[in-house]
Amino acid sequence: MKEKLIPLHMLSPGSFGRVTQLTARDNSRRRMLDLGFINNTIVEALQKSPSGDPTAYQVRGAVIALRSEEASNILVECFS
Amino acid sequence: MFEVKLDSPHDLVIALAGNPNTGKSTVFNSLTGLKQHTGNWPGKTVTNARGKYRHKGRSFVLVDLPGTYSLFASSVEEEVARDFICFGRPHATVVVLDATCLERNLNLALQVIEITEKVVVCVNLMDEAKRKKIKIDLAGLSVKLGVPVIGTNARDGIGLADLKDAVLKVATGEITVEPMRVEYDRNVEKAVEILEPIVKESVNGKINSRWLSLRLFDGDRSLLKSLDHYLDLGFEPDKKERLSDTLASVRDVINLEDIRTKDRLVESIVNLAEDICAETVTYETKQHNALDRKIDSILTSKAFGIPIMLVLLGMVFWITVEGANVPSAMLARGFNYLEEQLTALFMVWDSPVWLHGILVLGIYKTLAWVVSVMLPPMAIFFPLFTLLEDLGYLPRVAFNLDSFFKRACAHGKQVLTMCMGFGCNAAGIIACRIIDSPRERLIAIITNNFVPCNGRFPTLIAIASIFIAYNMGGFKSIGTVLSVLFVIVLGVFLTLAISGILSKTILKGLPSSFTLELPPYRKPQVGRIIVRSIFDRTLFVLGRAVVVAAPVGAVIWLMANVTIGDLSILNHGASFLDPFARLLGLDGFILMAFILGLPANEIVIPILIMSYMSQGAMLELESFESMRQLFVENGWTWLTAVCTMLFVLNHWPCATTLLTIRKETQSLKWTVISFLVPTVTGVIICYTVAQLAYLLGLV
Repeated sequence: MKEKLIPLHMLSPGSFGRVTQLTARDNSRRRMLDLGFINNTIVEALQKSPSGDPTAYQVRGAVIALRSEEASNILVECFS
Repeated sequence: MFEVKLDSPHDLVIALAGNPNTGKSTVFNSLTGLKQHTGNWPGKTVTNARGKYRHKGRSFVLVDLPGTYSLFASSVEEEVARDFICFGRPHATVVVLDATCLERNLNLALQVIEITEKVVVCVNLMDEAKRKKIKIDLAGLSVKLGVPVIGTNARDGIGLADLKDAVLKVATGEITVEPMRVEYDRNVEKAVEILEPIVKESVNGKINSRWLSLRLFDGDRSLLKSLDHYLDLGFEPDKKERLSDTLASVRDVINLEDIRTKDRLVESIVNLAEDICAETVTYETKQHNALDRKIDSILTSKAFGIPIMLVLLGMVFWITVEGANVPSAMLARGFNYLEEQLTALFMVWDSPVWLHGILVLGIYKTLAWVVSVMLPPMAIFFPLFTLLEDLGYLPRVAFNLDSFFKRACAHGKQVLTMCMGFGCNAAGIIACRIIDSPRERLIAIITNNFVPCNGRFPTLIAIASIFIAYNMGGFKSIGTVLSVLFVIVLGVFLTLAISGILSKTILKGLPSSFTLELPPYRKPQVGRIIVRSIFDRTLFVLGRAVVVAAPVGAVIWLMANVTIGDLSILNHGASFLDPFARLLGLDGFILMAFILGLPANEIVIPILIMSYMSQGAMLELESFESMRQLFVENGWTWLTAVCTMLFVLNHWPCATTLLTIRKETQSLKWTVISFLVPTVTGVIICYTVAQLAYLLGLV
């Protein structure tokens, strides 16, 4: 049951996504990989900050907040 | 750069690595007993602190590396950590892992194991893991990794003896470690096979050749630079040529141009960490983080996030204001009594008036003020704030406020540096190292002074309580708290506005990438916080009082009592400044006090009191009440109080902070700008407020 591909920042809080592609480059890409955003990783969108950005994500046991600019460079397959 | 000073050649050098926020600094402190401030937020340790300990007759030098997620050198911290492990030649490296987040943490451990085999893994925060019902098979982990694995609770000192034993054994080679080898996919392995022999020849066993070959695929430039710098390999042209030829030939095997090749190197490690965890970690409950998420959903919610933040800050100030009253009054009475005795003693000795003046009215009185009025609020505020820090609340504040900083084209972690600024602006400036982007770091440095430090808010509290909230009866302390809170919110607002202006003018640029970890909440170590911060703060303030306040006290007394013509030097200065100061709603003495208070903000009010007192009859300053009287007699109105409070918030940084800025930016230009920005802001704001009040006939 394949679902649509969306950038991570579109993933609504409470839903899960599976990382399929990183479009970030250079240092930013490295940083995302180090934080565990590699292919097939399950990410859960936890909640948005009071003003809607950044958003906190649960990834590999840690909670990481990303601004929408960074999150938009991570494509996930959404399965809520 | 990595010359570690040893007392004897037998000393063993141990590197301490770990992700930010794993309790690495606590491990460091517990091992060395060195008082290094530890906090619960990512990236706190930014320089490498060193400390010593002895175990079983051997001396160890422990080097605390910056907390990093990785060693692939995408930031200065990572470069420093990697270079020390590679080239600092530690006898062993301890990697501290957070037991509650083992998988992410293992990434770093595996990277370290790839570089050096002399590794001890320390799984810290075992008590937190137990609380969350996470079970870790330490023995199994040790077998998998092939290095000793020790579980610890560094906060309670549990497991440290075992850790020291393991470090000793690994460092001296008493036990041989056979660390696991990270396997990559077939093509990468094939390419390594071709490249490694050539690399091995070049580096002469000074560095792990398999690891270096992998990094060559990475095209890691900073590493190549470091190689030349530390190893002095004298890469002769022919060797270099052979190396690059070989590198070119492996292109048939792997495509180095493809960004995915590099990804695969990282992915292999991350996947390995996942596999290891699957076999060694069991979660007895699926909801082990449920409580944290629940707290987060309140503390960072749209409806309550920011209000709760303000209420918490208000409560901290309220407890500070209320709690400081009694000890302040007691100290003041004690100092007054002592002053009478001292004066009596001087009378008995029939000592000259000037000697009594300098020693008692100058030095003693200033010291007494700093200790009785400044110390109690500091001693209460600081542990309360450390408590919030220890709980893990501060990263949530950064999370809540980030969007404002993004709009100002600044970094969300600037909030963390501002929080440090509450303690001391110089410490806030140093904390700015957690921001990678030089542009955003400079913005954070220049604007840090808009957060009133520990040396300034007792002044704000004092003025607010005797002027702004004076007639509020039973609501006096609430009124005081709200006024101070208002000043702080104004400070945050100014920080954002000035950051925005800087981003549009002299520090043009777009926000850099931003990732912020929200670490698990932790049970704070209440007892230790209270003992440590009161003790540390007390000593610090007393030390500073002696070093700074006492000499300034003497100087002020002299300035107030040595006359040129028929006016004292102080009067000359004040009357020179007066016309300008009046424009700002202040008076000459107030401005003079701020100028003379450059060495430390704590002494601005004592200078002012002494200046006013030297004018007329001496009066005993026993309470805020008599201080109010003194100020009113010298023409203070509510407007003077408001403008003085605004000027406390916005004026030049103290001397210590300026020196720190000079050191951190390595630039006179940015130091001068950091001096001018808050000063000019303060002048503009005070001028506007004062002139508006005059114009509207409010005073």
